[in-house]
Amino acid sequence: MKKKVVVVGNGMVGYKFCEKLIAKGGSEQFDIIVFGEEPRPAYDRVHLSAYFGEKTIEELTMAPLEWYSENQIQLHLSDPVTNIDREKKIINTHQGISLNYDYLILATGSAPFVPPIPGVEKDGVFVYRTIEDLDMMKSHAAKSKIGAVIGGGLLGLEAAKALLDLGITDTHVIEFAPRLMPRQIDQAGSDILKSKLSTLGIKIHCNKNTQEIAGGDTLEKMVFADGEILKVDMLVISAGIKPRDELAKIAGLEVGSRGGILVNNKLQTSDESIFAIGECALHEHMIYGLVAPGYEMADIVASEIVGNATKEFTGFDMSTKLKLIGVDVASFGNAFAEEPDCQTIIYENKTKGVYKRVNISNDNKYLLGGILVGDAEQYNMLLQTVNNKLPIPADPEDLILGSRGGESGGESGVMSLPDEALICSCEAITKGQICHEVIENGNDTVDTLKKSTKACTGCGGCTPMVKDLIQGILKSQGKVVRNVLCEHFEYTRQELLSLVKIKALKTYDDVLEDLGHGDGCETCKPAVASILASLWNENVLEKGRLTAQDSNDRFLANIQRGGTYSVVPRIPGGEITPEKLIVIGEVAQKYGLYTKITGGQRIDMFGAHVGDLPAIWEQLIEAGFESGQAYGKSLRTVKSCVGTTWCRFGVQDAVSFAIEVENRYKGLRSPHKLKSAVSGCIRECAEAQSKDFGIIATEKGWNLYVCGNGGSKPRHAELLATDVSSEMCLKLIDRFLMFYIKTAEPLQRTAPWLDKMEGGLAYLKSVVIDDVLGLNAQFEADMDALVDTYKCEWKEAVETPEIRKRFVHFVNAPEEKDPTVKFEPLREQIKAEDWNAVVK
Amino acid sequence: MIHLYELFHAMMKPMKNMNNTETMTSWILACRVEDIPENGGACVLLDGEQIAIYNFKKRGEWYATQNLCPHKQQMALSRGMIGSMGEDPKVACPFHKKTFSLKSGACLSGDDYEIKTYQVKVEGNEVFVAF
Ligand SMILES: Cc1cc2nc3c(=O)[nH]c(=O)nc-3n(C[C@H](O)[C@H](O)[C@H](O)COP(=O)(O)OP(=O)(O)OC[C@H]3O[C@@H](n4cnc5c(N)ncnc54)[C@H](O)[C@@H]3O)c2cc1C
Ligand code: SF4
Ligand code: SF4
Ligand code: FES
Repeated sequence: MKKKVVVVGNGMVGYKFCEKLIAKGGSEQFDIIVFGEEPRPAYDRVHLSAYFGEKTIEELTMAPLEWYSENQIQLHLSDPVTNIDREKKIINTHQGISLNYDYLILATGSAPFVPPIPGVEKDGVFVYRTIEDLDMMKSHAAKSKIGAVIGGGLLGLEAAKALLDLGITDTHVIEFAPRLMPRQIDQAGSDILKSKLSTLGIKIHCNKNTQEIAGGDTLEKMVFADGEILKVDMLVISAGIKPRDELAKIAGLEVGSRGGILVNNKLQTSDESIFAIGECALHEHMIYGLVAPGYEMADIVASEIVGNATKEFTGFDMSTKLKLIGVDVASFGNAFAEEPDCQTIIYENKTKGVYKRVNISNDNKYLLGGILVGDAEQYNMLLQTVNNKLPIPADPEDLILGSRGGESGGESGVMSLPDEALICSCEAITKGQICHEVIENGNDTVDTLKKSTKACTGCGGCTPMVKDLIQGILKSQGKVVRNVLCEHFEYTRQELLSLVKIKALKTYDDVLEDLGHGDGCETCKPAVASILASLWNENVLEKGRLTAQDSNDRFLANIQRGGTYSVVPRIPGGEITPEKLIVIGEVAQKYGLYTKITGGQRIDMFGAHVGDLPAIWEQLIEAGFESGQAYGKSLRTVKSCVGTTWCRFGVQDAVSFAIEVENRYKGLRSPHKLKSAVSGCIRECAEAQSKDFGIIATEKGWNLYVCGNGGSKPRHAELLATDVSSEMCLKLIDRFLMFYIKTAEPLQRTAPWLDKMEGGLAYLKSVVIDDVLGLNAQFEADMDALVDTYKCEWKEAVETPEIRKRFVHFVNAPEEKDPTVKFEPLREQIKAEDWNAVVK
Repeated sequence: MIHLYELFHAMMKPMKNMNNTETMTSWILACRVEDIPENGGACVLLDGEQIAIYNFKKRGEWYATQNLCPHKQQMALSRGMIGSMGEDPKVACPFHKKTFSLKSGACLSGDDYEIKTYQVKVEGNEVFVAF
C-alpha cells in the first residue's frame, strides 16, 4: 500500500508543494490528500489586486480542479483540519473526516494581523488577503467616498491601490512608523515614494497612531493619538501578518514566541514526520512573507520525502521589486548596510521622484545591496551583480546612473551573466536553463518559456530580464528580431519611408513590386499609403492608390454601423459663420442625416449613403467648406478657446492662432491621427495638454506641449518649449511633426512614440531645439513642401469623373442604394439599426 | 434610364429558372471590367443578391464572394482591402478587419465564419459570375 502525504492548506505554497511532488514522481510512492479551508482551489494571491481589474478568478487560479484529479490528488475544499493526533498519526477535519498520514505538510500560511484598536469589529473595516475579503470590499466600496488603510507597508500600499481601483478617490494611508515600507526602504526613499504617491491622490500620514475606530454599527471616523480625527466610510487594516500556527499549537508542536511553526533546515517541525512550509514556518527567527522562499521550501520538502534530498533551506534573499500604484520600488541584497561597513552612493531627483542608493564594499570591488524608488529598471541587473559577485565598474555610480542612449546596458548585461545566475527566483530557473530552452527547444517567446520552464509564472518580476535574454540569445545566433511591417515587407516603417523616398516610388504597386513580395494585405497597404501621402501629398485616390487605402480613405468618409458614412467638413479652430451653419443644416435636412457636435469642435453628419457623398460634398464645397479629413490618419482638429477676443482672462488670441495652425497642417498624413488645441491662458479651457501638440498662451508668447492624448490611455502632454513666438512655435511643430512622421511605427501615436524613444523628451528636445541631428532645416523644408501642395481631396473627387463614379454601392445599378441599410428613430433624428439585433 | 446590365440581367432570369438543376451553373453578366477597381472590389446586385467582385490584378485573377460580412452582418466586403496570406488571396472587412479567403471563403483571422464564393470569368470587357 502507498504511503499517505496529507497537505494542510491549499494556498500558493501548498499548491506548489503538490506540483513539485508530482514532478518528482511522488504519485507513485504516495497517496496525496489536500485539505483547504478556502472554498476554491489555490489562486495567485500575489496578484490578488488584479481581481479588481483585468483578471478573473479563473485566470488567477493556479491550476483548475481537473489538474488535481488528473494527478490523483484528493482535494477537500472548505474543510479545514482541526486536530492532529501525533501519537496515532491521524488528522481530523471540520467536516468530520479522520485520516491517518505518514507525512503531514503544514502550509497554513498567515492571517492579517489586526491590532487591538477599539472598534475594529465594526462594519466597513476589512482585511486584505482572500477573494472573499475582496468581494466584501467591493460591495461596501459602492457606497463609500473616503477610504483609509492602516499600515504603510507593501500590503498596505497595495490595499490603497485597491481602494483607488474601487473608485474611492479620497484614500488615506496611516502609518505608525516614521516612514513607508520600513522593511524595504530608508527614510529618503520613503520621502520620494510619499511625494510620488501624493501626486496620485493618496494622502499619506506617517507617525500616526490610531486610537479608536468610532461610529455606530458601521465605522464613521478614526481618532488618532494626537487628537486628530479623520472621517472615513471604509477602512482596510494591513498592519502585518500573523503566521497561522493555531493547529500546530493544538498538536503540541513547538512554535515561536511571536508566532510561527519552528522548523529546522529540512523544514521539519519538532515532530520529524510533520513539515511546515510557506508563511507559517519560522526558520532561524524569520517568517518569510514572500512567495519565492515559500516555493523553495516546497521544493526542498518534496525532494526530502521522495528520498532525493539535495539541499537544505538556509535562508533566502528577500530582495524585491514591486510596482506600487505605478511607482517602482525595489530593494536588494543588503539594502540597509551603512558606512563605515560600506560606501554608499545616493542619487536623488526630487522633481522626477527618483531615489537610488547602492552600497559598495569598502574595497570598491563588490555591490552589497541597495534601494531604488521611482525607477527600478536596473533592478534585475543590480541583483544579479550582488548575487553573482560580478565585478562592478570603476566608477560605481555608473551602476545607477548608467548611460542613457547608446548601447542598451540591460541587454549586453544579461548576456554577460554566468550560466548559474538565477533568473527566475520563484521557480529557481537559471540563465543556463533558459538558454537551453531557447536554443535547443526553440522556445523563444515568454509565453512558450512559461509553458516549458514555468519561468515568469510566480511574481513575474523576472519577465523583463527573460525578454532581454531571449533577444540577446537570438541576436547572438544571428537572428535579428525586428519590427517589420508584415509578411510582405521585411522593413520597419522608418526604413521603408527612406527607401520609398530615395527610389521616388509613388504608388503602392510600385512599392510592393520594388521592395516587397506577395500581394500585400490590410496591414501594409494603409501603412504604405500613409508613407506615400506623407512624402508626396498626391491625391490618395489617383493612380491605383485607391485600393491601397483603408476603406475610410477610399471613400473619404468614416464608415459607420450599417455601412453608411459620416461627413465632417473642416471648421478650423471651431470658428464658423451663421451662413455656414445654415448650409450644414440644409445639407443634413436634404439627405436625412443625423447631426452631432464632435469632441473636436466641429459638426458630424451621420447616415450618408455612399452614393450621396459626392453630391453632399459638392454642396458643402460650394459654400466654402473643405474636407475635414476625419477619415484619415492625419490632422483632425485644432480646438481653441476664445482667448483675448472675448474672454476676460485671455492673454493671446487663441482662435486666430488655432486657425493658422489648423490651416497649416490640414491634410497632413501621418502614422496615426493628430489632434491639437490652443488655449488663451493657463486656465487651459481648450485642453491643449491632452493633444499630440498643444499650445497654451503666456504673457510673452506660447508654451508648446507635445505627445499627449485622450483615448483609452490618456496621457498628459510634455512641455517642449516656453514663451516662444508664433513663428517659432510653428517651426518647432514643423520639426516635431516631420520627425514623428519619419520615425514612428505604423499606427503609433505620438505618446507611445516618445515612450519608445531612447533618451525620451530630453532627446526629442535635443533634436527639434538644439538640432543635434542637423535635420531641422530639412524638416521645415519638407513641411513647407507639403503645405504648398495641399489640395482638398473632396474638391478633387467631385470634380474628377473617374474618381466620382466610384462612389456607388452597386456598380451594375448605380442609382440604387443598399436596401439593407436601415435606420431607427432617435429623439427627432435617426440612428443606425442595432447590429446585434439584425439578421439579414 | 434603364441600366444596360439590369436589362441583361432581366433577360437571364428566365434562363436560370429553366435550368433549375444543381449541377447546372449559369453565367450571369455582372458588370464591365472597368467597374471594378484594380486590386480591389466593388458590389453588384444579381438576382436580388449582393455579390462582391474583386479584380486581383496583381495576380491576374478575379474572385467573387457574398458582400455580407458574417461578423456583424454588414454589407461591406466589397469595400475591403484585398491581399494575401501566404499564397491564399484574401479580403479584410473594413469594419473590424476580419479576413476571409477569396478561394475557400474560410475566415483566416481565427473565427468560425465562412462566406460564399462564386466563380468568375472575364470575356473581353465583360465580367460574368457563375450563379
Ligand atoms: C495583497 C497581497 C499582495 C502580495 N504581494 C506579494 C508580492 O508582490 N510578492 C511576494 O513575493 N509576495 C506577495 N504576497 C505574499 C504572498 O501572497 C504569500 O507569501 C504567499 O501567498 C504565501 O503562501 P502560503 O501558501 O504560505 O500561504 P497562503 O497563500 O495564505 O495559503 C495558506 C492557505 O491555507 C489555508 N489554511 C490555513 N489553516 C488551515 C487549516 N487548518 N486547514 C486547511 N487549510 C488551512 C488558508 O485558508 C490558505 O488558503 C502578497 C500577499 C497579499 C495578500
Ligand atoms: S483658457 Fe483662458 S483665455 Fe481661454 S477661455 Fe479659458 S480662461 Fe479664457
Ligand atoms: S469612444 Fe468608442 S464608440 Fe465612441 S466614437 Fe470612439 S470608438 Fe466609437
Ligand atoms: S462586420 Fe466585418 S469584421 Fe466586423
